[in-house]
Amino acid sequence: MSADDRTPVSLSTAGPDDPHMQPLARNPQRMEMAIGLAMVAGIAAIIGFGVAYWYNADPWVLGATLGGGLSLLGFGITAWGKYLMPQGPFVEERHDLRGTDEERDVFAAAVVQRGGGILGRRKLLAGLAGLGLAAFGVVFAFPLIRSLGPLPGKTLDKTNWRKGTYLVDQTGREIHVDDLAVGGIVTVFPKGKEDTPEGQAVDQTVIIRIATRDFTTRPGRETWGPQGYVAYSKLCTHLGCPVGLYEQQLELLVCPCHQSMFDVTNGAWPNFGPAPRPLPQLPIYIDGRGYIRAQSDYTEPVGPGFWERS
Amino acid sequence: MTDTAKKPDASAFGPVGKALNELDDRLGIAKGGRSLLDKIFPDHWSFMLGEIALYSFVILLLSGIFLTLYFVPSQDVVTYMGSYAPLHGQHVSAAFASTVDLTFNVRCGLLMRQIHHWACVIFLGAIVVHMARVFFTGAFRKPRELNWSIGTILLILGIANGFLGYSLPDDLVSGTGLRIAFSITESIPVVGTYLSFFLFGGNFPGTAVIPRFFTIHVLLVPLIMLGLVTAHLFLLVRQKHTQFPGKGRTEKNVVGAPMVPVFAAKATGFFFMVFGVTALLGGLAQINPIWQFGPYDAAKISYAVQPDWYMGWLDGALRIWPAWEWTGFGHTIPLEVTLPAVILPGIVFTLALLWPGLERKLTKDEAMHNLLDRPRDRPKRTAFGSAYFAFLAMLFIASSTDVVANFFHISLNAVLWAMRVLVILVPLITYPVAYALCKELQAAEGGKRKRANVVTRTAEGEYVAVPAEQRPGDGHHELDPEPVPDFIDFDGADPSAPGVRQVGR
Repeated sequence: MSADDRTPVSLSTAGPDDPHMQPLARNPQRMEMAIGLAMVAGIAAIIGFGVAYWYNADPWVLGATLGGGLSLLGFGITAWGKYLMPQGPFVEERHDLRGTDEERDVFAAAVVQRGGGILGRRKLLAGLAGLGLAAFGVVFAFPLIRSLGPLPGKTLDKTNWRKGTYLVDQTGREIHVDDLAVGGIVTVFPKGKEDTPEGQAVDQTVIIRIATRDFTTRPGRETWGPQGYVAYSKLCTHLGCPVGLYEQQLELLVCPCHQSMFDVTNGAWPNFGPAPRPLPQLPIYIDGRGYIRAQSDYTEPVGPGFWERS
Repeated sequence: MTDTAKKPDASAFGPVGKALNELDDRLGIAKGGRSLLDKIFPDHWSFMLGEIALYSFVILLLSGIFLTLYFVPSQDVVTYMGSYAPLHGQHVSAAFASTVDLTFNVRCGLLMRQIHHWACVIFLGAIVVHMARVFFTGAFRKPRELNWSIGTILLILGIANGFLGYSLPDDLVSGTGLRIAFSITESIPVVGTYLSFFLFGGNFPGTAVIPRFFTIHVLLVPLIMLGLVTAHLFLLVRQKHTQFPGKGRTEKNVVGAPMVPVFAAKATGFFFMVFGVTALLGGLAQINPIWQFGPYDAAKISYAVQPDWYMGWLDGALRIWPAWEWTGFGHTIPLEVTLPAVILPGIVFTLALLWPGLERKLTKDEAMHNLLDRPRDRPKRTAFGSAYFAFLAMLFIASSTDVVANFFHISLNAVLWAMRVLVILVPLITYPVAYALCKELQAAEGGKRKRANVVTRTAEGEYVAVPAEQRPGDGHHELDPEPVPDFIDFDGADPSAPGVRQVGR
């Protein structure tokens, strides 16, 4: 069958004089020229991007040619659609989404009868099927979730500080009593842990010299500040950021994340910001050779609060 | 001769027509295809906001695929010896090293990275502005509640995936963000420590988080989002567009431009423009220079770093919330974290998700709505939405308390307390002000451009202002809408062409 021996389908045509078919542009010839120029410039810029890529040009050249080219080309195509294509407006009818009452009844009846009816007739099987699905859902959650990580246990309560642990800086050098002048501060780790992720993330401690004589920051901590050295956990009690700023004049440790401030002369008590608790203080002593060492682990969990913390 | 036995027709419309006939034989595309081409897109600038989000999503997928080819999702420690000299000899994670390498050693690498990041910033911004448009014009009302919910979930997933992607380079700034994410998860009562240990594969930092977040970022979330975007667009076609009231526009029709060719041209061009602007930003505006931040080291931190804008309100809430830790019965609930970082976003997003149902309950309006509201005509909704955004905006500003204090030389304490007050006060003021403005605008004559005044001086020296005559082209004249003609032809069809016949309309 060829195209000629069937009756042509009649297609209604909006004639060229129909106002709906007119372009929006007042002067279509000039608009076409302007659009053409934009598109030519866009194509040139895109080719420029290819050239820039070939010669491995700077990123800004790549971005400018690609971005400029795409923008100009896009502008041209959009303007073509907006100013030169039929301005309309055209209309389309909206049909009700809902079915007729009858269709709705037929559908609902089928759902209710085939669902409820069939399930209701064999209550035992329906119950077993439900039970099976529920059991699968619960049991299958274990490999999906429980395998992801170890149980917390007491992990969060402890650090790697022990009785006699040397305090070392990030390069592993032990801290000597003569190292810091008053106002000096250094970040320390338990010896041997200075280059490990948990040493940096959990054990990190700041040691500050706030005086030359023994310094007591809180009652009961009389031996914790030998020769003016005090050591605090560097983990903010708010969200665990490193408390990385030391305001020497005010003797405050400041957390740059959310601006909690801790008074180092007063047991690192939080006196500003959202941190709820003081930074735990590490009890330290100075050994016979003048090196600073830990008396024990921290006496409380370091870092932010959690449910199991008592 | 039955239809099924018929040989495929030679078409009156040449090889394209023949190909379409072949397809129609197998897929039955002719019936629905025609009405799809005629699908009407109403014309209003605000309908373009969702398009920006859609096109940014496409750009994210394209640039993201490029990045996955070079990024190494591993926390293994390597010694950096690449082409960026200042980092030489540093111990960095493979993730960080590969990000620096793809930045400096891969052609277009930096451009693609920055396009990806900018596209994300634009994507989420466009979603928020699009949602505001939908909210303030009442486009979420029956029958479109479901699409509103899908959109809200897309926003939540987009924010989550933005954060995940931001974390992947394992630089100093993003690593601190991960530490905060761990602590926030830890703060959830009863299950928090378990959740955080399962998510990170152990105590922070562990070695699992970058590979895991990579898989979630490039596979899991994009897959869900792609499905939801498809559903969003399907519902949009199924339910057809809303439109503003106007000449010939009713609840029962849609007036505008047909998909082919007018909307197709505009949309294609607009996609290129969105891509173009993103590429310009990616090439000219630096974003997230991780080689300057350096690799993550849990004991180091940088000053005055802010998260990407879409996380700002959460960071602000964390900054200004008072230190309300609760302890008792041998347990701790860090409410100063749980409330602003878990409960507050929960409320903000739940309220957004439930709003269409809530408004239906409050107004007892069960009718179908295809015509949009002008915001002024629904003063209570507009006032509520404004107050809601004012609240979020205040939280956003609160995320830069330190920068504000530094810049204006105000005490940090004063800024913190000011934000604590403003975050409550500003929404409370915004509601009545927005309400009053709506009422005021309702009273004013709406919608017409003010005409220019002609000021003349009388012989007595008195000045009088008289509105100028309306000139042709001053007002907005619109034709009555008509159905899309079957055959669009500009210079007159050739009536003798086979299959084409001009008929009177």
